[in-house]
Amino acid sequence: MGFFDLFRKRGSETAAQQAKDRLQIIVARERASNGEHVKSYLPKLQQELLEVMAKYEKLDLDQVSVNLDRKGDAEVLEINIVLPPEAKPRRSVRTGVTPTFQT
Amino acid sequence: MAKVTVITSGKGGVGKTTTSAAIGAGLALRGHKTVVIDFDVGLRNLDVVMGCERRVVYDLVNVVRGEATVRQALIKDKRIEDLYILPASQTRDKDALTIEGIGRTLDELKHMGFEHIVCDSPAGIEKGAQAAMYFADEAVVVTNPEVSSVRDSDRIIGMIDAKTQRALQNQEPVKCHLLITRYSPKRAQIGEMLKVEDVLELLGIPLLGVVPESPAVLTASNTGTPLVLLENTDAATAYLDVVKRFLGEQQPHRFIEAKKSGFFARLFGSDLATVG
Repeated sequence: MGFFDLFRKRGSETAAQQAKDRLQIIVARERASNGEHVKSYLPKLQQELLEVMAKYEKLDLDQVSVNLDRKGDAEVLEINIVLPPEAKPRRSVRTGVTPTFQT
Repeated sequence: MAKVTVITSGKGGVGKTTTSAAIGAGLALRGHKTVVIDFDVGLRNLDVVMGCERRVVYDLVNVVRGEATVRQALIKDKRIEDLYILPASQTRDKDALTIEGIGRTLDELKHMGFEHIVCDSPAGIEKGAQAAMYFADEAVVVTNPEVSSVRDSDRIIGMIDAKTQRALQNQEPVKCHLLITRYSPKRAQIGEMLKVEDVLELLGIPLLGVVPESPAVLTASNTGTPLVLLENTDAATAYLDVVKRFLGEQQPHRFIEAKKSGFFARLFGSDLATVG
C-alpha cells in the first residue's frame, strides 16, 4: 500500500473483486447451460412461454429471453418478451417480468 | 509410454504458442524426446516463435492426408537436442484435419520414440481446438487473470471433460493443469487484477504454474529463441519450474506474491504508473 493509495476511493470494491463476482455468475450460468447441475427447465419454460405468446401476438424465437441472475442470496428470474412493432405500432416494446425468489 | 499434452485456452492471445514452445523446449532440455505440433491450421505461428520458419517444407496437413511422411515434415531444432517441431499448414483450413488422420500421425510419432507430444491448440472451441485436444492424456489450460480469458477457460475445461477420446470412451479423464500467464503480483495485491487464488477457485483445476508478465516473452519471439534459453529471466525461470512440476517433481510456486519493496517505494506506491 503506497502513500498515494490513501487517496483512492474507499468502501467501493476493487476491480478484481468485481471481476470475481461477475465471473462467478457467468461461469455458473454457462456450466448450467452446458448441462451440468441446472435450472434445467429454463429452455423449456422459454419454449412454452413462446407458444403461449404466439397465440396472441406474432413472435419469433429471438423475441423471448429467459435469464437467471444472482443478486446476493436471491436469484432473479428475468423474462423479456419483445412485442413486434407492427402488431401495436406505438406501444413500447418491452414487457419486463422480474419475479424474485429466494433459493 | 508417450504422453500427449494439449496446450489450450479457448481465448486467443493468452500465451498458448509461447507456452507450447517453452514447455516443449523445457522437456527436451531435460532429455525427453519431444515434438511440438502446431494445430493452428491457416494461422501457423509456432514456426516463427521457435525460429524455424524458413525450414518448413511439409506440414501437419500434408502428413494427416498422407501427402508426406512424418519424418519429412518434422523439423529438428538446431539449439536443443531432442526437440522437434511439426508445423501447421499456412494455406489450408482446419477442415483439412481428420480425427483418424491425427490419430495415425500421433501413433507414428509414438513409434518413433517420442516421449512427449505437445499439441499447440488454435484459439476458439471449434473443430481445430477439438482436433488438438481429442487424443490428449493431459491438458494445460492457459489463462490470463482477466474475465474473458477465465470464462473461456471454463468452457474449454468443460469440453475437455466431454469431447476428448478419454471422455467419450469412459477412460480415466484427461488430467487438467492450470497455467496462469501475464500475471502481475503487484497489481493483484492492490486489487487491480484477479489473484491466483481467485482464478483457481473459479476454475477448480490444480495449478501448474504462474508466469509473470515479462519482457523476455517478446524478446524470445522477436528472435525466434526458445524462451527457456533466455537464462536468468523471470519467464524462463517460471517455465522451467512448470516443466519440473509437469514431470512430477516438487517445486514450490514463485511469482505469486509481490516483492517486498523498499521504504521509498512503499511510501510513494511501488508502481507510480498505476497510481490514479
